[in-house]
Amino acid sequence: MAPLVGIVVFPGTNCEHDVAAAFDLVGARTRFLWHGERSVGDVDAVVIPGGFAHGDYLRPGAIARFSPVMEAVGTFAASGGAVVGICNGFQVLTEAGLLPGALQKNSGLRFMCAPVTVTVASARSVLTAGVAVGAELTLSLNNFDGSYVCDDAVLDELRAEDRVVLRYTDNPNGSIDDIAGICNEGRNVVGLMPHPERASSELTGSADGLVLLRSLLSVAVA
Amino acid sequence: MRFAAHVEVRLRPGIADPESATIERALPALGFDDVSAMTTGRSFRFELEADSAEAARSRAEALATRLLANPVMEDTEVSVSTPVVG
Repeated sequence: MAPLVGIVVFPGTNCEHDVAAAFDLVGARTRFLWHGERSVGDVDAVVIPGGFAHGDYLRPGAIARFSPVMEAVGTFAASGGAVVGICNGFQVLTEAGLLPGALQKNSGLRFMCAPVTVTVASARSVLTAGVAVGAELTLSLNNFDGSYVCDDAVLDELRAEDRVVLRYTDNPNGSIDDIAGICNEGRNVVGLMPHPERASSELTGSADGLVLLRSLLSVAVA
Repeated sequence: MRFAAHVEVRLRPGIADPESATIERALPALGFDDVSAMTTGRSFRFELEADSAEAARSRAEALATRLLANPVMEDTEVSVSTPVVG
């Protein structure tokens, strides 16, 4: 049976259908998980897509982390389940404490919506397991708060443990150490600001995101 | 008793603050070339029920660090007033 990806939907999430369509292209089944649900069910992986969960009020992800589904996502992650947060989903994962650090306003104080090139910095995560280190991918950036920040101790830890998974080749937003994506200690929780689902067809500029989604599926059902 | 609480949230020192930097850069054009060390932040005011000012402060501090601020990049300053009458 094709792997099943649970896609978390908060009020204000707006990339859930793009994510579902992209996973459809790589042969996965998908199911939306409404934020009020207390279980993720029998999914093989969880994706928290982009958007403006709960209007991004207070800070992106600040309210979303208290949604009932996040406790279930935390339990799923703690048991080794693959969880990927894209853009707003990355912000939710940092606010929920499933990933270290935080995302702050882009250094140029602009909402950025543009293609961006990232380099795979580590293949030791659920999202990058099938990609060679050093590979360059063209993905889409679409955010206001995309500048990754953390204290020196966390940055040292991320580097020492090979947990920076993606770096911008030309840092567009002031992210510390050019960080575009990181993973947790268990390497099963990944957050990234660029959107792999928006790079799922050459017709719209790039299909480079598909290798990441395939990695996730192959790890999730392994 | 009901206490009035005020929480101020500011970016921690060392965290890039492009908004404040932009405001400061704009000031000389308006003749304010004597301004420096600009910071911005958010201010929250609310009332809460507690047995004492200390208890009210401790609840307000917990609320501030759990939700109102992200301790990774923000500091909080909490103050609690004498009991609200009425």
